[in-house]
Amino acid sequence: MRMSGAEILIESLKREGVKHIFGYPGGVVLNIFDLLYENEDFQVILTRHEQGAVHAADGYARSTGRPGVALVTSGPGATNTVTGIATAYMDSVPIVVLTGQVSTDLIGNDAFQEADIVGITRPCTKHNYLVKDVKDLAETIREAFYIATTGRPGPVLIDIPKDVTVDRTAFKWPEQVSLRSYNPTYEGNKWMIKQAARSIQKARKAVIIAGGGVILSDAGRELKELAEFTEVPVTMTLMGLGDFPGAHELSLGMPGMHGTYYANKAIQESDLIVAVGIRFDDRVTGRVKDFAPHAKIIHIDIDPTSIKKNVRVDIPIVGDAKRILKVLLSLLKEEGKTQWEPVRKAWLKQMKLWKKEHPLSYVYSDTVIKPQYVVEQLYELTKGNAIISTEVGQNQMWAAQFYKYDKPRTLLTSGGLGTMGYGFPAAMGAQVAHPGKTIIDIAGDGSIQMNIQELATCVLYKLPVKVAILNNQYLGMVRQWQELFYEERYSCSHLDTVPDFVKVAEGYGAVGLRAVKPSEVVPVIKAALKVKDKPVFMDFVVDWKEKVFPMVPAGAAIDEMMLGEEAEEKKTKKLRAVK
Amino acid sequence: MRHTISVLVENKFGVLSRVSGLFSGRGYNIESLSVDETIDPQLSVMTIVTSGDDQIIEQITKQLNKLIDVIKVVDLTEVDHVEREMILVKITPRQQDKAEALRLVDIFRGRVVDSSPRTYTFEITGDEKKIAAFVELIKPFGIKEFVRTGKIAMAREGVKKA
Repeated sequence: MRMSGAEILIESLKREGVKHIFGYPGGVVLNIFDLLYENEDFQVILTRHEQGAVHAADGYARSTGRPGVALVTSGPGATNTVTGIATAYMDSVPIVVLTGQVSTDLIGNDAFQEADIVGITRPCTKHNYLVKDVKDLAETIREAFYIATTGRPGPVLIDIPKDVTVDRTAFKWPEQVSLRSYNPTYEGNKWMIKQAARSIQKARKAVIIAGGGVILSDAGRELKELAEFTEVPVTMTLMGLGDFPGAHELSLGMPGMHGTYYANKAIQESDLIVAVGIRFDDRVTGRVKDFAPHAKIIHIDIDPTSIKKNVRVDIPIVGDAKRILKVLLSLLKEEGKTQWEPVRKAWLKQMKLWKKEHPLSYVYSDTVIKPQYVVEQLYELTKGNAIISTEVGQNQMWAAQFYKYDKPRTLLTSGGLGTMGYGFPAAMGAQVAHPGKTIIDIAGDGSIQMNIQELATCVLYKLPVKVAILNNQYLGMVRQWQELFYEERYSCSHLDTVPDFVKVAEGYGAVGLRAVKPSEVVPVIKAALKVKDKPVFMDFVVDWKEKVFPMVPAGAAIDEMMLGEEAEEKKTKKLRAVK
Repeated sequence: MRHTISVLVENKFGVLSRVSGLFSGRGYNIESLSVDETIDPQLSVMTIVTSGDDQIIEQITKQLNKLIDVIKVVDLTEVDHVEREMILVKITPRQQDKAEALRLVDIFRGRVVDSSPRTYTFEITGDEKKIAAFVELIKPFGIKEFVRTGKIAMAREGVKKA
């Protein structure tokens, strides 16, 4: 049957099982949008900005594991997607972005709303395509979804010129995708896995560092089994929170710059690190040459480039985390566990001691709201059952520290790129995928203003996303660095005019609530959780002086932590010296 | 250390820019690059000369392999291989030096590809050392123009040990 390019596109998306498209129309995609009018197969979510559409597709993908889809026009529509694409790329999120392009005969002529989006996004997509002939369209879409979702997932962009949406050809859906140049490795090297098992048996002070790869390969169960069977504590990177139950006694929380004291100490004193699905980001390792100085490192990752990129690795295993952990477990179980029991007990006792010495903490106040208290109460009142998204900065770190993630895919956060303005549209995308679920964006007053326009989208589609704004009138993390390292010169970090978020919410037709006193926090959260048909802004006026601790200063080793008390001490000392 | 890397890629538009973008984006050097179609028009071979320590070279080969359009990456430096490049050089010798210049081309088994009353253009093929030696010797004759291809390279066929 002969079909137009636009019809082929719609049919192909249907065959890929797409149910939701986040989009924004414009000149060159009108043929496609025309077919979406009164189409029963998809729900099109009209966002208020293309960046919002891509972040929403990303939140949709992270919370479900299924690819998210965004559809936008050429030129500015396409360039507005770049931050969203780069965000998804850094965090390995499977999304497919469809951009319109000017007609093939106009490409290169600086036509109206023309941008070389394939050129622009080449370094921040897993792969991208310009479809010049309608005959290639169906196959390209099939390939794009295949590439986005297999191996190490990532964003794929397809640029479709207007004339290609009009041209007609016979529709032919390729049943199979086979690319001679793309064959991800799934099975780990047996010999290497054997070496890993032997090292784990011999280790006295082992630590597992689990990352986003565990979530992507759905290896949570295997990870838990490994940790429990071997009695090895688990620390999770920001992307890995939810890999392993946060409230489990073997959990050490997050390592790195704002990681827990005990996670960082455990890594530094360990004799073996089992790294699963992580890429040893600089926020995790601190000063690389002093990272885990006594440890042998086993590194399991599906992306060979992640291995030995930042840290030395003794036992590299390329492949799918789930399959590798399964083999590893069966090898370990064959040998039994008796020989390591006593030494592991001593190591776990040390963990308990460290946890007792320096737990994650803050000083509660009766008079002013502490941001950590808000996050804690969100955890208590949702019983850990919500999907949390975050913006970037202090709000993100407190959300990582004080909310315990028990299940995978319950934390949506821009870990790699660190994109302010990510959390709200991502929460919106997650809400589309999980209509009945509580979705909360933990935000700051700076970040929320970066994609605040999506309030309209949430109101329109009755998406009851909750936004907890930790409102301190500052770009808090910038202010924190300036306080600690720039002699309190608060250059451009005070926001001066912050809008009345309650009125903003109400202006959009959403619900606005505010808490100024600590006693108002719980009632506000309770009231927000009751709202089921529209978005809610919770404006928490919090202590602006509050900082995120522990903190490893940039360029320091991860056991050179400022724990709060010392930071205050250092400051007073400095002030005295100035006098 | 310098490495010569041979990269077999799909012959599609944009592939060169994916490869060169990878190098510039990650801060790796390209000292020389040559690309052309293979016997199979669907494929191209790129020969890239780059430098870096072992860790960087390992990353470069892995990152190249990660590109969707890259089929095969071989670091030829690790194996016995043949390398060639070619130069075209136009010189303006004095009348009395012409014979000597021609003799030099002969010694290097080069060819005269163009001549005019005032100039000669020579073509020399060889590995880097040979080209460098020739350039050194021809310089005094007065170089007017000089172009050089990127390096191409191929592994030698292995001889099985008895």
